[in-house]
Formats: sequence, structure tokens, C-alpha cells
Amino acid sequence: MAQAQEAHLSPETVMGEMKKNGVTHVVWLPDSETNWLYLLMKADPSLHLVAVSREGHAFATAAGLSVGGKTPIILIQNTGLMESGDSLRGWALGLNIPVVLMVGYRGWTRHGVTQDTAAIYTERFINAFGITYYLVENDADAERISVAFAEAKKTQRPVAVLVGDEYHGFNR
Amino acid sequence: MIQTAELLKVFQQYRGDAIVIPGRGGRHWVQISTNPNRDVPLGDPAMGGHASFGLGLALAQPDKRVVLFDSEGDVLMGMGALATIAEQAPRNFYHFMLDNECYATTGGQPVPNAKNIAYDVVARGAGYPQTYAFDNLEDFSNNIKAILDQPGPVFVALKVDPEIENEPIGRRPRWQTRTREQVVKDLQAELRITG
Repeated sequence: MAQAQEAHLSPETVMGEMKKNGVTHVVWLPDSETNWLYLLMKADPSLHLVAVSREGHAFATAAGLSVGGKTPIILIQNTGLMESGDSLRGWALGLNIPVVLMVGYRGWTRHGVTQDTAAIYTERFINAFGITYYLVENDADAERISVAFAEAKKTQRPVAVLVGDEYHGFNR
Repeated sequence: MIQTAELLKVFQQYRGDAIVIPGRGGRHWVQISTNPNRDVPLGDPAMGGHASFGLGLALAQPDKRVVLFDSEGDVLMGMGALATIAEQAPRNFYHFMLDNECYATTGGQPVPNAKNIAYDVVARGAGYPQTYAFDNLEDFSNNIKAILDQPGPVFVALKVDPEIENEPIGRRPRWQTRTREQVVKDLQAELRITG
């Protein structure tokens, strides 16, 4: 547990990755682990936050932003991702939107045993849509976020980053 | 009730250089529009998302008017988007909604509580500063210029004829003249957006 507390994904690191990759808009719906990141994003004048009330709206909103020349990122939880299936299909995949979705991996555990069905179905869901994904657990993994942005741009498809910070999320 | 094609012909006179997302009015609009490179006739990528897509485009292009012809079935499916649009308050977004009281493309089954929803009131309650409702072409024609002359976001509910389709989807004539990919490319070229 002590080791896990030392190695976590800090909100500052995530913010740094967003800036490095030219994110203009964060389309998001809060989950239980993103409050510190929210406070940082809110304080940054270079980021435009678009809060949605249902995760499916995030994909259509990001599609409009991307078609209009901006660089959105989608920030949602795995439960909401699963709710968003048709929007992901029609608006993101259907319009070839190069967007990164950062997905809070609720229920994820390193040992792989979980009772949380949100976690059980997450990767199966993403695989069903043929979407590439990267797991980010702590700051040392953060460069995978840039890898995801590069891949989204190259393939003109959505790419997922699963945030598997079991103990912290983006909290402190 | 208003004929959608007639409504769009009136709108065309005041469209100017606005970006137009014709939504479920697309099959008429592609025959009426005189500026197709600023049109975004996507058909129905995924039901319930047009308002959010329009919001995204309006936020991305704040100096250009973005006009959306949504439908009541889409709005019902994605009603929470009204709150997001109202909060973002894009001054360049004009949200028209074609209300035919049914799911016309699946045979005309009524939407929930089809005849008793005041969508303009719903939008106003969600926070849109200006909302309107019209059920005849004359009133629409008399107000469209003033609606487009004011800052958005504006919501306009329009009662239209159902135009029910009973043919299986695969047997319906395609009205699209361009692929979605081409539509996006043309728009981005028109707006000088580079990837």
C-alpha cells in the first residue's frame, strides 16, 4: 500500500500531457476520482471546459469541436463509456474523429480480480469497437497519453487511455 | 403544421454565410441550399447527438453562425444537452427543432407525450435566453430575420408535417450527394481548417 501511495498519477502530470498535445477543450462528466484535476483545469485559462450531462453527448460534442478545427479530449468514467456506445460508433468512429478519451477505470485492480462489473466489461467493450487503448497507472506511464494523441492523429480514430489508479484517481 | 421544405426555403433567404447542419431536414436542404460547402448534411450518425455536435462546432468557430435543424426525437433522447448548451451560451448558435410528433423514419410511431410537450418551454427552463415556437409558416416567415439577427443561443420549436417513411431503410432512395467524409473535408476546406 505504501508503494502504491508513492506511485500515483498526479493531476499536474495529466495537465502537462494535455498542454503538450495542444488540447483546447475538455469535454467531460465528473466521476468520483477527478476532482483535483477539475480544480486544476478550471483554473487554467487556456482550457475550455464543456461539462456534459451524459457521456454520449461527449462524443458528439468532441466531434463538432474536431470538425471545427479544435483539439478536444474526452474525460469520462468507464461506466459512462459503456453508456456511450452508439455515440462512439456514429459520431467518433463514423466521422473519423481523432480524439483521445481518458477513461477512469473504476474497479480496476493490478491483480485482476474485481467484483466491479464496470471493470469486468471495460476492455471487452473497447475491444468490441476495435479501439486501441493504453493503461496509465502512475506518473511514469504518463507519456502513453502522448502516444495516444499521436496515434489518434495518425489513424484519424479515437484512442483510449484507461486511468488505472486504483488508490488515488486524480485525488490527493 | 409546416412543410419542412417550405420552411427551409424561407430560411435560405436569410441564411447568409452561416454553417448549416440540416439534420433530419437534410433531404430537402440539399436541394435548396446555395452554399453547400458550408452545409453539414450528416444524416443521422447517432440519434440524440445533433445538438451536442452543433454545440461543438459553434464553440470551435465562434465567429461564424452555426444553424442546426434538430428533431424532437433527437432532443428527447439527448435532452440534457440543452443544459450544456445553455451553460456554454454560444452567441453564434441557432437551434431549430423540427417537431413532427413521431418517429417518421420508422413508420410514424408517436414520440412520448407527442402532442403535449412545450419544447420551447423546456429549452427556456434549461437556460436558453431566447426561445420560440411556431406552428405555421407565416409566423415563422415573419420572425426568422429577427431570430437570426439576435445573439444565440436561440431555440426555435417548429411543428412540421410528419413525412412518414414506411419503406425499409435499405430500399429508400439516398438523398445524400456526398459522403460524410467528403462533407467534413469540404467544410474544413471552406473554413480553411488544416489538420
